[in-house]
Amino acid sequence: MVSHIDLNRINNMQYDVLREIGNIGAGNATTALSQMINSKIDMKVPNVALLEFKELPEIVGGAEKIVVGILFTLEGQIDGMMMFMMDMTSSRHLVKLLMGEMSTNNLDDFTEMELSALNEIGNIIAGAYLSSISTLTNMTITSSIPYMSIDMAGAILSVPAIEFGKIGDKALLIETQFKDDIKAVNGYFILIPTLESYGAILSSLGL
Amino acid sequence: MNKMIKVGMADLNVCVSPDAITTLGLGSCVGIVLYDPGNKIAGLAHIMLPDSTKIINNENKAKFADTGIDVLIKRMIEIGANRNALIAKIAGGAQMFAFSNKSDMMRIGARNVEATKLKLDELRIEIKAEDTGANYGRTIEFYPETGELHIKSVGKERKII
Repeated sequence: MVSHIDLNRINNMQYDVLREIGNIGAGNATTALSQMINSKIDMKVPNVALLEFKELPEIVGGAEKIVVGILFTLEGQIDGMMMFMMDMTSSRHLVKLLMGEMSTNNLDDFTEMELSALNEIGNIIAGAYLSSISTLTNMTITSSIPYMSIDMAGAILSVPAIEFGKIGDKALLIETQFKDDIKAVNGYFILIPTLESYGAILSSLGL
Repeated sequence: MNKMIKVGMADLNVCVSPDAITTLGLGSCVGIVLYDPGNKIAGLAHIMLPDSTKIINNENKAKFADTGIDVLIKRMIEIGANRNALIAKIAGGAQMFAFSNKSDMMRIGARNVEATKLKLDELRIEIKAEDTGANYGRTIEFYPETGELHIKSVGKERKII
């Protein structure tokens, strides 16, 4: 039996559980990221937010902020989207840590090789995020290949927003910000399950 | 000081010269500008989906191409626009990610543009200019004083249509 979830009537316990999902997923993902770049990454307490569409870009610093967005479409028992977003400076910094001498210094453009490095970073940390949630809920999640776009945050977020637009006027998302000690890396994990999948997640955890 | 009126996602508004109207970071959504050149009155809708009749929860009229345009026209007439003088300029409808499967969800930008054109055609409102499709986001600003639609994209020159 899948519990039904009404976007406008989410209770505190449901919020807590969803926050915990974000905690576990992002915890695993930041660990993977830390290991990859060999530097400490901290995450903030996840934010489970029910937002109006026009508020959506504000969570990452405004509609016109230029970000690297890596999107995965999810299928299986949990479907929806997973998005990994970073600002340009952070992306450049990560690429440098990974590629060292082979990376360029261009702030607003990446080479093909740098782009595939970013894609791979996205792949590994989204994989870490999703596999921990899959283990926790005992549900299968199949993720697509990473799709990347470097553009205005509003434009990138329009893609998941439209999916939510089909069912209501707000989007429910689990967002976690991460950053390192020297503030060189700053980004967001955003998990956006479909409404049915929210119900399925909560049911799997006995709610 | 002239005002720049901001329109959010799934939202719409109207403005009169010398004010201007803008929406930031259009992706797969479409920005629809309607304009009465004689009275220098403009309206802008930032729509997300093509068709309100296909969606159960369709209270927010500004979210859809079909109902969004209807409401926009009504709002413009209320502030003195001449219905028969209206022309349109549209921008947006990009495909932000190069999805490999070609399902409807992935073509949403193109479908938004198609639905917008269909609706404007039904209403016999001429589309004077458009900058749609491709794979990048757009911030648009419309100036009723001149009738110019300014389009800003990352790494591209400002375009005026």
